[in-house]
Amino acid sequence: MLTDRSKVVVKKEMTLTERLYLPAIVGGILITIRHFFRKSATIRYPEKKREISDIWRGQHVLKRDDEGAERCTACGLCAVACPAEAITMVAAERKPGEEKLYREEKYASTYEINMLRCIFCGLCEEACPKEAIFLTDRIIETDYTRKGFVFGKDKLVEPVAERVDVTKRQTKDVLDFKKHKEYSHNK
Amino acid sequence: MAKVTIDGIEIEVQDGTTILNAARQIGGDSVPPAMCYYSSLKDSGGKCRVCLVKVAQGSAKDPRPMPKLMASCRTPVMDGMVVQSITSPEVLEARKSVVEFLLINHPLDCPICDQAGECDLQNLAYKHGVGQTRYEEEKRTFEKIDIGDKIKLHMTRCILCYRCTFVANQITDNRVHGIIGRGDASEISTYIQKAVDNDFSGNMIDVCPVGALTDKTFRFKSRVWFTNPLDAHRDCKKCSGKVVLWTKGEEVLRVSARTDQYNEVKEFICNECRFDHKIKSDWIIEGPRHIDRHSVIAQNHYEKSDLQKLKKEIDRQIEFEKGKLLSPNNPG
Repeated sequence: MLTDRSKVVVKKEMTLTERLYLPAIVGGILITIRHFFRKSATIRYPEKKREISDIWRGQHVLKRDDEGAERCTACGLCAVACPAEAITMVAAERKPGEEKLYREEKYASTYEINMLRCIFCGLCEEACPKEAIFLTDRIIETDYTRKGFVFGKDKLVEPVAERVDVTKRQTKDVLDFKKHKEYSHNK
Repeated sequence: MAKVTIDGIEIEVQDGTTILNAARQIGGDSVPPAMCYYSSLKDSGGKCRVCLVKVAQGSAKDPRPMPKLMASCRTPVMDGMVVQSITSPEVLEARKSVVEFLLINHPLDCPICDQAGECDLQNLAYKHGVGQTRYEEEKRTFEKIDIGDKIKLHMTRCILCYRCTFVANQITDNRVHGIIGRGDASEISTYIQKAVDNDFSGNMIDVCPVGALTDKTFRFKSRVWFTNPLDAHRDCKKCSGKVVLWTKGEEVLRVSARTDQYNEVKEFICNECRFDHKIKSDWIIEGPRHIDRHSVIAQNHYEKSDLQKLKKEIDRQIEFEKGKLLSPNNPG
């Protein structure tokens, strides 16, 4: 016996009220009607959204630095930290003249996250040595195909015009640490 | 023959063996790390100072301790010598400081560097170093140099171990590669950037403990832990032909020589094997390369484990732990 909720089946003759059938039906309908007046458990999602935490782990963003250059250097630490193996990338060498586009001499020419695989654990963010990847409070949009869930750089890199604010995802310790210029490797 | 005690373990070795090699015969944790010593290169060692050990007793005849920590790769053993490696807090402290010194001018651009994941300096710093730097001044920087069309030199990352110059000196003919300048300004260089096109020049890449000399054909192709290392060989007239193929699917991204447990190449390979045969069908594949399970390269890497080897390793570890307890500093 796996649970203590099992019941012994009793096969006894039904009483007259039980055999009448209608009382049971009316009882069922009453239960249904009662639920009309209860508070609904669901919300009408796209129109109404539930409140979520500031540090909600939703869609990733690949940050740019203050000058607008991509921070990601395709070091692969996010991919190796990813327990779901959702991240793949291809690195490329920065050419002369592209200093404004990419911060380091190596950059990710393709960077893909499979959002169906991703479990939004935030380990990629933790592993990133360049403060390039962050999870944001955006929820992944639905799609009809699996292909649509493989997010490339077009969806992940933040546009220069509309930056994504991630300051709330950084703890006080991290922000304090950043004040020490001598510890910074990203000069 | 000389009897020497290292971290409480006694071993008899040939006269003239260095402390480092005696420790390697014992194996285990008391083997001092080495960044510049290279067993297959003559005269290497004595430069990086990470292999410092304490000699508590000089020899049976003269039992005085040596006044300073000794570079174990350059100090020959004497009969009755007592050496402390990891059992001496002084040695561990010294190693920590040496790591800090080595990292002073190292750019710490591991996220970019192709050596990351198989870098001796990275391992050393991880094991012995401290997590943060106290150095506030500007690091020295150099321009990147192409040594020939196959090797890239990042002088900024160099720790001046001189291994590559020994390769140039001892393995290749017609040496065009050496070190110019002194002290802080010393620099690995070729004669007016003359290409190193000797048959064995590619071995500089393998002996380099950091990412200063890297394979240009592998540059930024893949992080080393996303590749699948395979042991392979081919008939080669110039070298042994025994290599490691670093593959991704059917593609051979890089070919390197096989290294031993101390990351040292015993059989150097020629440039033809290294650079010109990047198709799997050119090689006879023996099977997956053995990768230490603590290495990041062991991610998604599967190999058949040798149970007898494993047992030997465990036995050795147990013996080592016993020896640690018997050492003069930790009597029981």
